Amino acid sequence: MILEIIIGVIISGIPLSASLLFASLGEMFSQRSGVFNLGTEGIMMLSAFVGFYVVYIIGSPVLGILAAMTIGGLMGMLMALVSVTFKAQQGISGIGLYMFGWGVSGTLFRVYVGGVTNIDGIGRVAIPVLMDIPIIGKILFNQNPMVYLAYLLVPVAGYVLFRTSWGLKVRAVGTTPQAADTLGVSVERIRYQCVTLGGVMSGLAGAYLSIGQAQMFADNLTAGRGFIAVALVYFGRWKPVGIMWGALLFSMAHALQRSIQVYGIDFPYEIAVATPYVLVILVLALTYKGRSLGPLALGKPYNREFRG
Amino acid sequence: MEKNKADKYRYLTVNIIIVLASLLIALVLGAFLFLIAGANPFEAYGVMLTQPLDGLFGITEMLVRAAPLMLVGLGIAIAFRSGILNIGGEGQIMIGVIFATAVGLSLPEMPKIVLVPVIFLSAFIGGGVWAGIAGWMRAYLNVNEILSTVMLNYIAIQLYLYLLRGPLIDPKEVSYGTGVPQSALLPEAAWLTRFIRGFRLHSGLVIAIVLAVIVFLFLWKTTVGYRMRAVGAEPKAATYSGMNVKRNLVLAMVLSGGFAGMAGAVEVLGVHHRALESISAGYGFSGIVVALFGGLHPLGIIPASAVFGLLIVGSDMMQRAVEVPASIILAIQGLIILAIVSSNIFLRNPKLRDKIFRLLGGGKEAKIEPEGGRA
Amino acid sequence: MAEIIERLEMNHITKRFPGVLALDDVTMNLQKGEVLALLGENGAGKTTLMNILYGLYHQDEGNVLLNDKKIQVQGPLDALEYGIGMVHQHFMLVPNMTVLENIALGMYQRTRFKMDLEKVRQRVLEVADRYNLTVKPDAYIWQLSVGEQQRVELVKVLTLGANLLILDEPTAALTPQQTDALIDLLRQMITQDTSIIFISHKLNEVKAVSDRVAVLRNGGLVFEGPTEDHTAEDLAEKMAGREISYPKTSKKEEYGRPILQIEKVVAEGDQGTDSLQGVSVEVRSGEIVGIAGVSGNGQRELADVINGIRPVKEGRIQLDGVDISNRTPQQIIDLGMGYIPEDRMHEGTIPSFTVRENLIMKDYRREPLAKNFFLRKGQIDTHAASLIDAFKVKTPSMATSCASLSGGNIQKVILAREITRKPKALVAAYPIRGLDIGASEYVHSQLIQAREEGMAVLLISEELDELLDLCDRIAVMYEGRVLDVLPREECTKQELGLLMAGVSHGKE
Repeated sequence: MILEIIIGVIISGIPLSASLLFASLGEMFSQRSGVFNLGTEGIMMLSAFVGFYVVYIIGSPVLGILAAMTIGGLMGMLMALVSVTFKAQQGISGIGLYMFGWGVSGTLFRVYVGGVTNIDGIGRVAIPVLMDIPIIGKILFNQNPMVYLAYLLVPVAGYVLFRTSWGLKVRAVGTTPQAADTLGVSVERIRYQCVTLGGVMSGLAGAYLSIGQAQMFADNLTAGRGFIAVALVYFGRWKPVGIMWGALLFSMAHALQRSIQVYGIDFPYEIAVATPYVLVILVLALTYKGRSLGPLALGKPYNREFRG
Repeated sequence: MEKNKADKYRYLTVNIIIVLASLLIALVLGAFLFLIAGANPFEAYGVMLTQPLDGLFGITEMLVRAAPLMLVGLGIAIAFRSGILNIGGEGQIMIGVIFATAVGLSLPEMPKIVLVPVIFLSAFIGGGVWAGIAGWMRAYLNVNEILSTVMLNYIAIQLYLYLLRGPLIDPKEVSYGTGVPQSALLPEAAWLTRFIRGFRLHSGLVIAIVLAVIVFLFLWKTTVGYRMRAVGAEPKAATYSGMNVKRNLVLAMVLSGGFAGMAGAVEVLGVHHRALESISAGYGFSGIVVALFGGLHPLGIIPASAVFGLLIVGSDMMQRAVEVPASIILAIQGLIILAIVSSNIFLRNPKLRDKIFRLLGGGKEAKIEPEGGRA
Repeated sequence: MAEIIERLEMNHITKRFPGVLALDDVTMNLQKGEVLALLGENGAGKTTLMNILYGLYHQDEGNVLLNDKKIQVQGPLDALEYGIGMVHQHFMLVPNMTVLENIALGMYQRTRFKMDLEKVRQRVLEVADRYNLTVKPDAYIWQLSVGEQQRVELVKVLTLGANLLILDEPTAALTPQQTDALIDLLRQMITQDTSIIFISHKLNEVKAVSDRVAVLRNGGLVFEGPTEDHTAEDLAEKMAGREISYPKTSKKEEYGRPILQIEKVVAEGDQGTDSLQGVSVEVRSGEIVGIAGVSGNGQRELADVINGIRPVKEGRIQLDGVDISNRTPQQIIDLGMGYIPEDRMHEGTIPSFTVRENLIMKDYRREPLAKNFFLRKGQIDTHAASLIDAFKVKTPSMATSCASLSGGNIQKVILAREITRKPKALVAAYPIRGLDIGASEYVHSQLIQAREEGMAVLLISEELDELLDLCDRIAVMYEGRVLDVLPREECTKQELGLLMAGVSHGKE
């Protein structure tokens, strides 16, 4: 029974981690370049709707994902415009973007769809042979293709960040922008690229939620996952692998909370729903010591100032 | 000194112009949203901005919305001025509602003159403690307060729903078997006075305005307020001159949450007389916009809350008139935030600032004094 | 590889910043194989001129000729392609990246993702070998000492193909001995097709290193000629525009009782290691004690610890007989401590606050400025006006924000606030850093005044001249220890320099 529950939690937990992973890896690039994008939640909401709507109208999940990524990228550029070009305070601008995404998705959903409608999104795809391995096969090799993609992006993100010249520039711009600037690296351009990339990844996260995971849309579908994704970047110390463990931890907590309901264990439903959020706060509080490892210029707009 | 005063007013004018320009830009961008939603933006804005003013109902409703907005905005301004961002207004309102309801229901015999202050105080304490958690974690554990307040929102919502469906539910709902998640009606002694028969406008507005003036006096005329602004403006310098930055951050957050809690009390005592499932209507987020729009200044927040009261009532009327959901106002508020924080670059850049200033007839060597603010 | 720079000319360069004429019609030239010293006070325009050459700023008027061809340097990337490299005063290195990564950052500007760190390593080792500069390619920058970081900067610029090096105040963080080594290195480099522009305000270095000297004052070129034809005094006068006579203290026979007693204090730095390893210093009433040393040897931690901003791990600090170790900053201030912090813009004042608000930062709760929690505007205005008047703070009004004042006037605001409180002890950390000569003189005269009034002054500085002018005794800090406290009469620059490099008496 216990083992069964554990396996059940893992099986339902892994799919839940994909949206967190997409958004969080994107946010990692954004923060590595020095921009704290709290608008992730809003980006995910709007792109989840757009992805859903394209599938709803055209029926093509691939086009839906592309549309969601495009919207995500555009919203990322909007965030970059506000926080890089206009040098606005990033925490508040993120909240502005959040409200914008929430408001637009909610409005358009009510206008063009109306009520909860299911779509044929992307379902699980089992990998032959591997799938037949007992237990592990069911856990690892019978997933949504987007889940495989999310986990594939972990090493890719690590490679890009630590092994390429672009990743080098990103890390430099987020830590010591002056140093990058004096070597001819355009701080603004790199930040635009990273925040936009973060937007695209959040778009992917949103698309996964509506097209892959839920196969429908509802107002406030993301339910704080965008904010959790931001918290995961801290938890993962700005490194893809750390972020991956964080995403797994939270999605397992989430799955466990769901299975409490499924197995009819007597526990207030609302309190169970609140547990992942409590967990975020606890984790943030317990990992405070490593805070100094982060990108030093995080949250600080860059002004070229060499007067002496 | 006369010149200082003139400059101060001109600075104020620059500020107001920039804030209004931001509003305009946001409304223009919002017009595209109306187009996408298939409505005529002129018609929609026409209804939204004028219909509420067209009669006593609209005006009183606008002011009914203004009272909680003002309280939340005041709290957010206190926090922002002290260097800590409070995004958790929504959750703090709910905790305030819980406290106000629980205290109101448990003291049925108390006379109004005692009961109302006691309820406000308890809502203040409830919201303050809830926000204080985030303040304490920021000060002593260096936890990003934006993330923690957002998480506390989600937790507060669940806690609120749990209580409304369980311990706090109206016994009548249980006995009738309807099970609507709402509390019992509060004793009439707890209700705030309504000014005009048939309209919901209540004395909560007066309370909010009085509190706005008190917050103004507190921030600019008292030692504690001076210290809180100093801590917010430059924590390092504050530390070096002997101020305890951490304690002030917690205090700022407690006060901030306390005001949001009182907004919850105003909604219970003034409008619904009980706790309902969707009592806050997004005031926690709209309060951020109100605070920014009011220049993070208590006296600016008074008119700002009226403006946003208008927008919220107007968007409801717009929904009926042009059939675009009122939730579009959330998107417009998001745009307003983005526009206002972006416009800050004009206030910070001396070249641009002087240009605007000169357009207003300021002298060449005249300098604009930022009044301690990052708006 | 860029072509060798045989000749560089900057003609009639003018640059304006909002409200400031930073450079006014400056014309200057440089030949291959020479060291040109660019001399001037802080704010004279040296760095701005060089940043124009390096493409970080663009001139409003004038042009730059390279090998007799007109060039327009759009940005650092252009500059490096022309063979111009710059080492900034504050090193432009990313602390959490390795030496190789820092150099690679400049090498892959034209590629999108490709990067070959082994190739970079080869180039770096070639350059290091050619100029006899040792670097550790795989070390992280934060692991390196200041001297090593400077070598990395030089290797970086050379690896990127520069043959004209601009060095902005390169000796600011070096001991006299390290400075000598750098000068030798630079003299040797110019024999290999390299030319150097050396920015400094330190005359003896300029004398030692340069072939020619150009002096800037208030954005204009006031002098240009061969270095050897002019004495240091001569150049100093040209730099200041007048004869300079810093105020000096005279020897005293008697001092008062000990006021500030620091006994074997141990404290942690930001990295978690012990930055203070048993420091003992005593300052008596009416005495100025100097703390000399290259910055980063524990001075900041010492000042923090005295003022209660950093915990004392071991040892004891007493203020006029009262133990103040690990008291709160507020308690220490109340017991009579004054502090002029190192960073006057962010530690000493609140930039967005008005001058008036900044002047009451330590007394806002006390009568007559406040009563029962309420600030008293009338009293505060009077107080602020009298301080502005007494300390000659140049400000449009007391309601002007501190951010719009000059550095010298900000320092006056701090001095006014601290000194008029009549503290028993005053800690001054780098009080004239970045100030012009006039403001420096004023700060010094105020410190001398404080000494006359019986305060115990602890002066932290890296300028030996400042210390020798003002201090009754001088202590040298090196790696968290005080090596020696010497009466001024027994100090020579040479000896202090050796101590600053960690060479202690009788231990050689």
